[in-house]
Amino acid sequence: MEVENLELAYLALGAFLFALGGVGLLVRRNPLVMIMCVELMLNAVNLTFVTFGKMLNDISGQVIVFFVLVVAAAEVVVGLALIVAMARRRPGADADDLRLLRG
Amino acid sequence: MVELVWLIPALPLAGFLILLLFGSRIGEPLAGWLGTATVAASFLVALIVFAGLWNEPEHTYSVQLFSWIPAGDFSVDVGILLDPLSMAMVLFITGIGGLIHLYSIGYMHGDSRFPRFFTYLNLFVFSMLVLVLGDNLVLTFLGWEGVGACSYFLISFWFEKDANASAGKKAFITNRVGDWGFMVGTFAVFFAFGSVTYAEFLPEASGLAQTTATFIAVMLFIGAIGKSAQIPLFIWLPDAMAGPTPVSALIHAATMVTAGVYLLVRINPVLAASADWLPWLIAIVGAATAFLAATIALAQTDIKKVLAYSTVSQIGYMFLAVGSGGYSAAIFHMITHAFFKACLFLGAGSVIHGMHDDQDMRHMGALRKVMPITAITFMCAWLAISGVIPFSGFWSKDDVLAYALHKSFFLYLVGLVAALITAFYMTRQVIMVFFGDARWAESAEAEVQAQAAHQISSEDAPPEAGAADDAGEATVAAEPDAGPVAVASVEHGHAVRPHESPWVMTVPLIVLAFLATVGGVLNLPFSESTEFLANWLEPVVGQYEAQFEESGLQLFVELAVSTVFAVGGLLLAYAVYVRRKVDADRIELPFFANGWYIDHGVTAFMGGPGRRLFDLVALFDRVVIDGAVNGVGRATRGGAAWLRGTQNGYVRWYALMVGLGVALIIGFVLTQVSFS
Repeated sequence: MEVENLELAYLALGAFLFALGGVGLLVRRNPLVMIMCVELMLNAVNLTFVTFGKMLNDISGQVIVFFVLVVAAAEVVVGLALIVAMARRRPGADADDLRLLRG
Repeated sequence: MVELVWLIPALPLAGFLILLLFGSRIGEPLAGWLGTATVAASFLVALIVFAGLWNEPEHTYSVQLFSWIPAGDFSVDVGILLDPLSMAMVLFITGIGGLIHLYSIGYMHGDSRFPRFFTYLNLFVFSMLVLVLGDNLVLTFLGWEGVGACSYFLISFWFEKDANASAGKKAFITNRVGDWGFMVGTFAVFFAFGSVTYAEFLPEASGLAQTTATFIAVMLFIGAIGKSAQIPLFIWLPDAMAGPTPVSALIHAATMVTAGVYLLVRINPVLAASADWLPWLIAIVGAATAFLAATIALAQTDIKKVLAYSTVSQIGYMFLAVGSGGYSAAIFHMITHAFFKACLFLGAGSVIHGMHDDQDMRHMGALRKVMPITAITFMCAWLAISGVIPFSGFWSKDDVLAYALHKSFFLYLVGLVAALITAFYMTRQVIMVFFGDARWAESAEAEVQAQAAHQISSEDAPPEAGAADDAGEATVAAEPDAGPVAVASVEHGHAVRPHESPWVMTVPLIVLAFLATVGGVLNLPFSESTEFLANWLEPVVGQYEAQFEESGLQLFVELAVSTVFAVGGLLLAYAVYVRRKVDADRIELPFFANGWYIDHGVTAFMGGPGRRLFDLVALFDRVVIDGAVNGVGRATRGGAAWLRGTQNGYVRWYALMVGLGVALIIGFVLTQVSFS
C-alpha cells in the first residue's frame, strides 16, 4: 500500500510539473523562460516514464528516458541558437514580437 | 499513281506556310507566282491521280494518313477518301483556284498586303481540299471551318474600311448558325452509328430508323444552308462582295458555297433513309432561293452584287436538284456554274480594274470597245448562265429542271421562271456594262467638276448607301472598294480611262470562257453514253438517285421550253434596256433593290425584340452563371478570411491550439477505445 501511494505521488508530481510547464509556456513571453518550461514538461514526462517502468517492471520505460534526454538536448541547442540570433537582431524582443508569419 | 493524292492538299498547305513565314520577304510579284504555282501543281497532281483512279475498283481509293483524335471507342483519323465525287470536286477546285490565283497577280498588283493575300488564298484552297477529301465528318468540318475563317480574312481584306470589316463579321457570324447544325448533325451521326467515317456509316444508313435519319439530315441541311447561302441564311453572301474580286470568284465559284451541296450529295444515303418531306423541303428551299435571289438581282446597280445574288440563285438550283434526287445534276450544275461564274466574276474584276475601282454599273457602258477580251469572255459566260443553247449552263440547268419536273410540275415552273429572270438580269448587266453610251466619260467629268466645286474628294456613293448606313452592320454599303489606285485617281482628279487588263488577268478569262462555252459536253442528255459525269458519279450517287425514263420527244420539248424561257429573258431585257419599250423603274422596284427588306428585317429584329431577348440571356449569364462561379469564389474567400484569424503569429496561441488538439484527440480515443 505504501509503495503504491508513493508511485501515485510520483505520477501526481509528474502531472503537476507537466501542467506547470504547459501553463508557463502559455503565459510567459520571455523565450528563455519558455524553453525552460518546455524542459520542465519533458522532464515531467521522463519522471512519469520511470514511474510506469517501475510499476510495470518494464525496463523500456527507463530506456525511453535516454532518448528523451537526447532529443531534449538537441532541442535546446536549436532553441538557444534561435534565441541568440533573435537577441542579436532585436535586443529585448519577446516571443510576441515575433509574429511575421501571422495570416 | 493514286498514291500521290496526299500531295493535292499538301502543296497549297506548303505554299501557305512558306508565304506565312517568308511572305513579306518574298514580296510582289514572286509571292503571287509561288501561290499560283502550288495550286497549279496541285491541279497537275489531281490530273495524274484522276488518270490513276480509273484503275481502282469502283473508282474509289482511300488512305489513312495518321491518327488524329484517338479517344477510347471514338477515334478520328486523318484519312483521304478519293471517290468520283471528291475527284470531280478536287479537279475544279484546283483548276479554277489556280486560274483565280493567276488572275490575282494582276488584280492585286500594287496592294500593300500583296503576299498576305496569297497566303490566305492558299489556305483557302487547302481548307476546301480538306473539306472534300476528308474521309470523315470531323475532317470535313475542319475544312468547313477553315473556309469559313479564310472567307472572313479575305472578305475583310481591306479592313481599313468599316463596311468591309463588318461584312467579314457578318459572313462569319451567319456561317456560325449553319455550323451549329453541322456540329449537332455530326454528334447525331456518332450517336447513331458509333463512327463518323463516311465509308463506315454511309452504307449502314439504309438500316437507320427514319426519325434518326431525318434528324441527322435536317441538321446537316442547316449546315449546308449556312455555307451555301440559302434562305434564310443567304444574307452574308451579297455582303461578301466587300472583298477583293478574285476572292468573290473563289468563294462563289470554286469553293465555299459549293461545300453545302457537296455535303448533301455526300450523305445521299442518309437523305434517302429520312422522311419523305425532307427532300421536298430541300427542293422547295432551293427553288424559293433561286427565285427570290433572282428577283433581287434584277434591281442591283453594283456590278458584283448582281453576280452575288445570281450565285445565290444558281446554288438554289443545285439544292433543287438535290431535293429532286438529281445528285449528278447538282454536281453538273456546280461544275458549269464554277466555270461561268468564275468567268463572270473575273470579268467583273477586270472591268472594275479598268474603271479604277468603280463598281457602279450606271457609270459604265460601251466598255466592249476599250476592253474587247473582257467583253467577249464575259458574254460567253453571260450566254452560259442565261441558259442559251449550246453553252454549258443550258445543259446543266436543263438537267436540273428535268429532275425538278420529275419531282413536281410546280417546282419545274418556279425553276423556269427563275431561269427567265436570270437571263433578264444578266442581259441587263451586259447591256449596262458593255453596250450603250460610255457613261464613264461624263461621270468622270462630273466628278472632277464636283470636286472643283466642293473641294472634297467626292465618292459617288449610290443612293442605297445612306439607307444602308441606317441599317447598321447588317447591310454593307455598296461603295466601291477603294484600292490604292482609286485613292490616287480621286486625289489627282484624273478622269477615268478604262483600259484592258494585263495578260495574267485575260488568260484566265479566256480559259474560263472556253470552259463555260463547251462545259456542257461533260453531261449531254442524249443517251446513256454521253452522260459522262453521271456515269462517273454512279458509284457514289447511283443507288439513291431518282430514276426516270425520258423519251426523245419529252427531252426535246423540255429543251425547247428552256430555250424559249432563256431567249425570252434575253429579248425582254433587250426590249427594256435597248429599245426602252418599258420604263426600267417599273421592273427595278425598290423592294427588289433592297433585297425584299430581309436585311432591314433582320436589323430591326436584332435591334428591337431580339436585342431585348439577348439582353435577357446576358442577364441570366451575369446573374445565374457568373453568380454561381463567383459565389463559390466569394465563399472561399470569406471562409479563408475568417480562418485567417487563427494564424495570429503568437507562439503561445499555437501552443494552446496544439494542447487543445491533443486533448481533443485523447478525448476521442478514450471515448472510442475500450480497455476491457
